[in-house]
Order: sequence, then C-alpha cells, then structure tokens
Amino acid sequence: MIPAPFDYRRAASVDEAVALLAEHGDDAKLLAGGHSLLPLMKLRLAQPAVLVDLGGIGELSSVTQDGGTVRIGAMTRHHDVATSGLVREQVPLLAEVAGQIGDPQVRHRGTIGGSLAHGDPASDLPAVLLALRGTVVARGPSGERTIAADELFRGFLETALEPDEVLTEVRVPAVPGVGWAFEKFTRRAQDWAIVAAAAVLGDGDVGPGVALVNMGSAPVRAGGVEEALRSGLGAGEAAARAGEGTEPPDDLNASPEYRLHLAGVLVRRALEAAGA
Amino acid sequence: MEITLSVNGVQRSSDVEPRRLLVHHLREDLGLTGTNVGCDTTSCGACTVLLDGESVKSCTVLAVQADGHEVTTIEGLAPGGEGGGLHPVQQAFHEQHGLQCGFCTPGMVMAVVSLLEEVPHPTERQVRLGLEGNLCRCTGYHNIVRAVMAAAGEELPA
Amino acid sequence: MTATEPPPAPGPAGGGGAFGRRLLRKEDARLLTGEARFVDDLQVPGALWMGMVRSPFAHARIRGVEAEGALAMPGVRAVVTGDDLAGAWAAAMPCAWPVTEDMRAPDHWPVARHRACHVGDIVAVVVAGTRQQAADAVDALEVDYEPLPAVVDIEDAATDRVVVHEDLGTNTSYTWTLSPDPGAVDHAFATAAHTVAERYVQQRLVPVAMEPRGVVAVPGVHGGDLTVYSATQIPHILKLMIATTCGVPEHKLRVVAPAVGGGFGAKLDVYAEELIAVALARRLGAPTRWTEERSESAVATVQGRGQVQRIELAADADGRVTAVRVRLTADMGAYLQLLTPGIPVLGAFLYHGAYDVPAYHLECTGVFTNRTPTDAYRGAGRPEATYAIERAMDALARSVGVDAAEIRRRNYIPPDRFPYPSVTGLTYDSGSYEATLDRALDLAGYEGLRAEQRRRREAGDRRHLGIGIGTYVEMCGLAPSRVLASLRFAAGGWEVASVSVLPTGTVQVVSGTTPHGQGHETSWSQIVADRLGVDPADVEVLHSDTATSPLGMDTYGSRSLPVGGVAVAMAADEVVAKARAVAAHQMEAAVDDVELMGGELRVRGTPSRSMTLQEVAFEAFSAHDLPEGTTPNLAAQVTYDPPNFVFPFGTHVAVVEVDEDTGRVDLVDYVAVDDCGPRVNPMIVEGQIHGGIVQGVAQALWEEAVYDADGNLRTPSLVDYCVPTAAEVPSFRLGHTVTPSPTNPLGVKGVGEAGTIGSAPTVVNAVVDALAPLGVTDVAMPAHPARVWAAIQEARRR
Repeated sequence: MIPAPFDYRRAASVDEAVALLAEHGDDAKLLAGGHSLLPLMKLRLAQPAVLVDLGGIGELSSVTQDGGTVRIGAMTRHHDVATSGLVREQVPLLAEVAGQIGDPQVRHRGTIGGSLAHGDPASDLPAVLLALRGTVVARGPSGERTIAADELFRGFLETALEPDEVLTEVRVPAVPGVGWAFEKFTRRAQDWAIVAAAAVLGDGDVGPGVALVNMGSAPVRAGGVEEALRSGLGAGEAAARAGEGTEPPDDLNASPEYRLHLAGVLVRRALEAAGA
Repeated sequence: MEITLSVNGVQRSSDVEPRRLLVHHLREDLGLTGTNVGCDTTSCGACTVLLDGESVKSCTVLAVQADGHEVTTIEGLAPGGEGGGLHPVQQAFHEQHGLQCGFCTPGMVMAVVSLLEEVPHPTERQVRLGLEGNLCRCTGYHNIVRAVMAAAGEELPA
Repeated sequence: MTATEPPPAPGPAGGGGAFGRRLLRKEDARLLTGEARFVDDLQVPGALWMGMVRSPFAHARIRGVEAEGALAMPGVRAVVTGDDLAGAWAAAMPCAWPVTEDMRAPDHWPVARHRACHVGDIVAVVVAGTRQQAADAVDALEVDYEPLPAVVDIEDAATDRVVVHEDLGTNTSYTWTLSPDPGAVDHAFATAAHTVAERYVQQRLVPVAMEPRGVVAVPGVHGGDLTVYSATQIPHILKLMIATTCGVPEHKLRVVAPAVGGGFGAKLDVYAEELIAVALARRLGAPTRWTEERSESAVATVQGRGQVQRIELAADADGRVTAVRVRLTADMGAYLQLLTPGIPVLGAFLYHGAYDVPAYHLECTGVFTNRTPTDAYRGAGRPEATYAIERAMDALARSVGVDAAEIRRRNYIPPDRFPYPSVTGLTYDSGSYEATLDRALDLAGYEGLRAEQRRRREAGDRRHLGIGIGTYVEMCGLAPSRVLASLRFAAGGWEVASVSVLPTGTVQVVSGTTPHGQGHETSWSQIVADRLGVDPADVEVLHSDTATSPLGMDTYGSRSLPVGGVAVAMAADEVVAKARAVAAHQMEAAVDDVELMGGELRVRGTPSRSMTLQEVAFEAFSAHDLPEGTTPNLAAQVTYDPPNFVFPFGTHVAVVEVDEDTGRVDLVDYVAVDDCGPRVNPMIVEGQIHGGIVQGVAQALWEEAVYDADGNLRTPSLVDYCVPTAAEVPSFRLGHTVTPSPTNPLGVKGVGEAGTIGSAPTVVNAVVDALAPLGVTDVAMPAHPARVWAAIQEARRR
C-alpha cells in the first residue's frame, strides 16, 4: 500500500499554511497527525496533489486556560490531551476520550484538530465537542473566525471549514467537578465505536450536554435527551429519547435497530455514571 | 526531497520521494529490515518504532515527516556487539517465551518499551490495553503479557 | 498411564535429561533483534517487482487487458496475461487430494484465462523495477470485464442455481461418504429415547499469519539452476510442485523458507504467485519478487472453515449416545487448491468425538462458490468436527436434563478400552478423557461457578455468567503413508532426519520439518542432547532449505514432533549405536559392554576405560581405525513412517459474562487441560496451547470473512476483520495430564492445533449456557454483540 505521488510542503507558520492552501486550492490537503488521511492515501481513496504539513508549527501544540475556557492547539496530540494535567482537571471528559482513541501509537500521532477537521461521525472527539458546546478557531485568507460545535459538523466527512482555512485551536469550557461520562461500545479495544455516548451534566452555560458517536452521517447531538434532562427527568427517561434525530448507519457491526437500542443503553449508563 | 533522520543514534541523510513511508525508508533505503509490515490499515503494529522516544506505526508516518527527528528501531535497542546482550524488554520476551514466529515481535517490543516509559509499573489490564495496537497470531498474548510484567518487575499473572 | 507430571525422560542412552525441560528458545535472539530475515527482508540485486492485477468481480469474463498505458509508465518491464503465460505451464495448479474417484476439478491456472472466478483471482501481472512502480502500474492497468452472475452462499451453490464452472455442469465437486453400517444408524434413531438435530455454520475465516506471503525467484541464467525463497510451510513439497507445474528439472531447483512469520495452514499451499515468479524469472532472465499486501491476502490466500453442518445424535434414556449422523456441505471456493477437498475429510472421522459411539453415518458434499478457495487452517477439519459434536452434546444434556459435565462422563471412551477401535475405522492410540475433565473442573472451580451463576440468576442480574465445557480428541501426526493412500492423498507422510556428531564434538541435525514459530531448533536439540548426553547448546538444527535438507515433508497437521521429532530421536539412537561400536573397537571391549553416559562412552564395570563422544566422533571422522564394515563419520539418517496417527485430547472450560442489554460477551476465565503425551519442552507446548486457544476463541467470538451477495469480501482489512488483541482475552490457566502414545518410541503426540480444536465449542457452549434462562439455545459464530443481542430478542419473541 503506497500512496500515489504528491508534492510535499512543510509550513513553518499558520499564515504560510493558509498561503499554501490559497496557492494550491482544491489540489491541496492539510496534513496534521496523518492518521485519518494517510490510511486513505495508502488505499488511494485520497490522492491529493499537494500535502501541506502542519507538523512544523510549534505554536499549534499547546494547552492553556483562559478564564473559564481551556484552549488546545489544533496540533496537540491525543496522547498529550489525555495526559495533560490541565485537561484532566478542567475537562476530564475530553482527557478520558482522547485516551481511548485508537491505540497508543495512534494517540502518539493523531491530533485533536486533525480529528475534528476530518468530521468523521464514527470518531469520538466530535461528540465531545458537541457535548461540551465547544468551538474551534479557523484561520483563512480573510482572518480568523470561531465556529461553534453545532455549526461545525455538516455531513459525512464534511465540516464548515473552508478549503482555504486552517483549524488552529479548540476551545472548550472548563468544567471541573461537573458530572461526566463517556460510554464507548466497540468490538475490540482498538476499534472505532459501534456507538458511543458522551455526557456532561453541569448547569447554566454548560450542560447538560449529550452527544453520540456513529449514529448518523455526521456527529450528532442527543437533543431530546438534553431536553429531557433540562425538564428534570431522570437518566432512564431521558435516555429513552437517545434516538431522536439520529439516522443510525447499517454496517457489519450493527443494524440501525441495534444501534438505536445501544444508544439508549449507553446514554442511560453515561447519565447514571455522570450522576444524573 | 532531502531529509536527515537520527536513526538509532546515527544521522542518516537521504533523498526520498514525499510519498515514501517511514517504514519503507527504514527497510529499503536504510536496510533496517527488523521493522516489519503486517497490514496496510494502521492496525497490526508490526511496524512500530520509536519516534522521539514514543511508539508510532511507521506505516502511517511519511519519511519526510520524520525529517529532523529521532527514530529508534529494533536494531537500535540492544547494546549490540558480541556479549552486548539484549535490552531488558527483549530479555523478558526471551525468558517468558513471549514470541513464537517472531514477526510481530520487533513492533511488539518497541510498543512495550514505549508503554513502560509511560507506565513503569502497569497492572495486567494496563498492559493488555497498552498493547491494543499490536496483533500477535501465535502466542495468544499470554506470555507477552507475562514478559511485560516481568520487564516491569511486577508479579506475573496466571 | 496418567500422571500430572511427565514421566522420566525417555532418552535411553545419553541420560542428558534435556527432554522435558523448559529450555529457553535458541530461535529467540535473532527474532528479538531484527536480525532474522523474512522473505521481504531479502536484498536481491536486480530483482524485478511483480504486481498482481486482481479481479474486482466474483465472476467475470475477461474481455481484454489494455496494457499500453501501464507499459509506458516508469520502470514497467512487462504486462502479462493468462494467455501470455499459457506456454509457461507444464501442468495446471496442483490439487493433491482427489478425495473421490469421480471428483470434479475445474481448470485452474496461475493467471486466469478468459474468466475470473473470485474477487482476487489474478487476471494479469505487471513487472517493474521497484515495488512502487509495480503498485502504480497495477493501479493504472485497465481490464475490460463482463460481470457474470456469481454464487456465494454454500447452500445456494449446492442447488446449482448459478454454476461457477459451466464446463463442470454442477457446483458439486464430490460427495464423500463414511457409513460403515447404515442399518445400525437407522435402528439407533428408530429406537432412541432422545434425539438431537442441530445445524451449525462454520463461518469462513481469514488465516492472518502476521507475515503476509512473499516469494523471490532467482534464476541462474547461465548455470540453469533456480532458487526460490518463499514464505511457506512446505519448501519440500513446493519444490516438487514447481518442478511439475513449471517444468523445471527438479534437481536444478532449490527452495528456501527463510524466517517465516506464522502459517497456520495457509502457507501449506502452492500458490499462483510462487509459480508466476518462477515462470517470469525464467522468461525475463532476472530475479522476480512479490510481497503480499494485507488487503490482498484476504482474497488471495486460502481461507479456513466454510461449512454448513447438520448433526443428529440418537441416545438412550440415560443420554448414552447410540448413533451419530452428519451431513456436511463444504465450501471449496472457486478452485481446488493443494488440499482443499480433503480438509472436511480430515475431520470426518471424528464427529463422535471422545465418546464411545457404536453407529455412524457421515456424508460430505464439496461445492464450488465464487469465493477465494478454502484450504487448511489450524486444525483443518478437526475443529469443525469437534465443534459439532461438542455443541450437540450440550444440546443432548439439555434434552436429557443433566449437567454438561455429566453427559460427557456417561459417554467417554473409558481408559481401559485403548487402543480403541472407533466406529469410523480408526484406532485411537491412548486416552484418559475423564481425567482431563476432572482436572479442568477442579482448576476452574466448577461448583463455585455454578453457585455464582445460580446467585446471579436468582438476583435477576443482567450480566449473565456462562460456563462452557468442551472435550476434544483429534487425530494428528500426518501421517501413515498407507493410510494416506487409502484416503486418496497423493503423497506419503513420512519424515526424514539426520544426526551427525562433527569431529569437534558438536552436533548437527538436519530435519525435514519446516518450523515457522514452533521452535523445532530448540526441541529437536533437546531430543538429541537427551539421547547423546550433550549440551543442547552444542546441537544445531538445520531445516527449511532443500539444499541442506533435501528430503522432508514439512510442517502441518501437528506432525512435526510425532513424525519428524521421532525421526530425529531414531537417528540419534543410530548414532549412539555407531558410537558404541567405534568406542568398543577402540577400547577393545565388547559392544554390549559399552554404554553412553553423560557424554562419555564407558566400558561397563571398568570406570577407567572411557572415551568422550568427541573422541569417538573424531575417530569416526579420521577413519584410521574403524571396526570392519563400519563406514566413516558418526552420522545417521532415518526416514520414519508412522504406523498410526496420534490422538491428543483434553478438556477446556470457558467462563463468559454476557451483558443482556448489549449482547456483549466477555471471556473472563479460561482453563485448558491438555494431554499430548510426554512434553519435550513444556514451555513451548504451553505457548502452542495459548495461541491455539485464542485462534479458536477468535472463531467463536470475533472473526468472520463476510461476503455480500455479489461475492465481495466486506472484511478485507484488519480494521473490519477482528483479530483479537491482548485487550480482548484473559490470561489462561493450563493443566495437563500425560498419557503416552504407544505409537512411537517417544510416546509423543502433536499439540499445534489442540488449543484451536478445543476452544471454539467451549466458548460458544459458555455463551449459550449464560443465556439459557432467556430461552436461547443457539448463537452462531462469531457470537458478536449484535448477533447475541438478536438471539436474545428472538428468544423473547418465541
């Protein structure tokens, strides 16, 4: 399995990456950790003419706190998110989920920004971003903008990012002490989730937030569950609405019917574990 | 494209195509064939090497991405030379019969070295989860887990 | 004899005591350091890379191959089609096991001509200067296909609704019957107090040796010789088959299996790519090579299992089985590979398992489908048989209303009946089955588990505990050549070994077995060291290269120790006899008075007169003063053809937890008590069992080659095909008993397949046991969560 030939450009800064994207247009793809893109390229399901590598941009790997917001550079690797003392303390849900992605080798390369920008409904981080009502920061030729989680995920592997934009940062609210849980259902530990549920309780600005993995063509918020929680219903009753608004896929591991059932079970378990 | 990697402590410069995978660079350009290729989907871990001290699957890293970085392969683990002996993890695999055909072994050993760097005294469960990215078809993992526990100085399961 | 500890080492002469020790492996250092060379590691100057162009259709007419574009690409040397290579073959792809006289076999060429019959069938080959160039050319090559109707399901194929090979007129390759006394079977069923009728599906499995296949063919352009390096279990058989299919003079051929990264039966074959490499190396006058990619492997390497099994038991009121009736439909795939038709036959004698059953009828139909050919995969026929009888025994226990352990106790062949003439015509060599059950139940804490199960059930716990039991007996050590002849197998089952004590006193062993993970270098060293009284470190074992080991029948079917290891021991014994004769002559003593003890040849009763083995070896080498009629050199070669199979056995217990809400099954404990006779190296034996267990558990819970209705493999990668990782399985608890085989002088039996044979039914029995209160009586393999959950829903609806 060998990728088709391409040109490789290593960006030294975000601005240079933006300029390279502007220069090469649709022929170019950004390379972050490469753990979504390179497997597709090896299978020749993706054949970009130009790869713009963000790996040399040190400023994109950082975790900082800014008041009630935790800011994570887009090139921060899953392993570093999972083991960051700050993330573990302030956003433990995110640390836990980052530590369950793929396997250790994947977590040593894969990045939070790369994962979110890929927008795969079967990956875990989009659900976390939705549950936490986080935002991402994107920089393009006309400057920087923030995109809310609910706006980011548009469809299958489709996000609100423009082709000439670089996702530079992920912002999530600090929620220390707030109940949370992540229930991931896989066949093997290393596998993608058949279904997973991320839940954060909280009150006021944050939470309750509940989102699902692999329950539609795009990452999906469990709006019915959140509504039930806000109206004071318990975990069991709230979880009964887990399937609302989902379009569960049919694949080797699960039928839509089974996925709907799993979503209910996993949401209930997540809510109970979170303390709902 | 001209790249320079520190491979097992030696600076190695090469001219590679951008599409050259790190594993092919190591095996075919540098002659380090200890690192194996067992799949094409980042699943099996046979190609695991250390990149700046951490385990990565070298089938899913471009050689150009490793430019300027340190790579350690299975060939760089043991001290080498006559009487050089084995690295403690290699020695533990030997003593616990943690390998049979040996094809997954280089990747497995490198994954274990990285795991023990991060979790020096793991439980059996942590070892099993820590090796979720490496497939072995011969051992049923039983003696691999024992080898890791032994290398960590922990009590052996079963 | 049954004991929990091995008997004294059977070595008669040397008294070395190396037999039975947990000696660390000689093979390890080179494998642990990356020094070992697998086929893809070989650096071959000037080698051309081959890329296989494979059919994306399960069945298609090949209208044309448009080669011009690919030929214009950088580095591309040739594009060849099936027609281009038609003249290269002296014979078609070989099938060595025509199980019946009237078996139908389709034309099978290394590169398909006119018609592709499964996804992955090779339709053209590109040859280029580098691996990358070959991959690019494969990607660019255009083939014009006309898709044809395909048949995928085994039972659908049996109806001939769609026929895979028009010229054969039917999908039925053969029907093979074993029915010693049909009237007795009918009578048993007519008078039975209990009957059980079950249908099981043996899903297709992808073998997934961690090293994919690979081949390098190096022609001696001027010398006329040809060396082939292949990731194979069978260099000796491959050499013969290359000679016959490619028309290469056999004496000019050398086949080497370098380090081989697992085989599990899938490398017990003669593959198109090996033959193509030879043909193109000869045609182009340059080395050719190819390394399989994993996604290629899924469709290009043989698959395992693939059967629909119908098994019926008749039993008396106490649950004693009076007859077994079996009907198998076995999936051959699109073609017959080396042993394809014989795989179900290898299990066909064992559908009554470890039980004393007087009446037996089995019928097996082999059918073609538009899928990758099936062939040997760890256990090859015997896991299928064991699965059927062990699942059916649990069904019988439910029918009779007794515990799963009890139904087995009532039916085991008792220890005093061995050697046991089975209803299928075999002679089981030795066995003590109930002892393994007792030991396994004890190790598992069976009574406590049942109590915990009752507690959970009474408490309404939705996390159900399941306990599964499986007893197996299998026939291995392939095999007595005369018996193979009666089964219409084309070759014999002997093995060759030579042992030489070199002039400096170290020992060289040449074995015809071909280890690829089994540690023969260590175990054979132990056997020889034990008999010669030398240090195992002073023994070197050569193998897997037909230049150094010209004769052999290779490694498969758990044959290496009970055939090849026995040959090694016999050769060592001949060396001892010769050493005694030489020493007696030198020391002027009677041969009968000279004994080999601790590496020295001594004259009995005269401690002062002795020679070291090295001194004797040097005398034999210099040959200055040998006894009359004694040839120079302290060496012997033995060919051993076993008089019977060997029959290892054991009982396994699996403990699972099943989550009623999700269908998830967790294997929480696993106990295996196996008996393979005396163990040369218990550490290596346990390793074989550990790995075997997981391969069987993998069939029970995780793995399946899933095809869609058009014959596309939906699980081509290790993302979709769920080979378990360390995180999915527990540590195992092993026990063992020792019942030597009277068949061979070491008393040994094979153990390579035992774990796999025992574990799949044991685990599924545990899953069904867990769900019994919910009314579930069957869950098909693999018992993955969706399937378990569906079974629970279906039971609720009933």
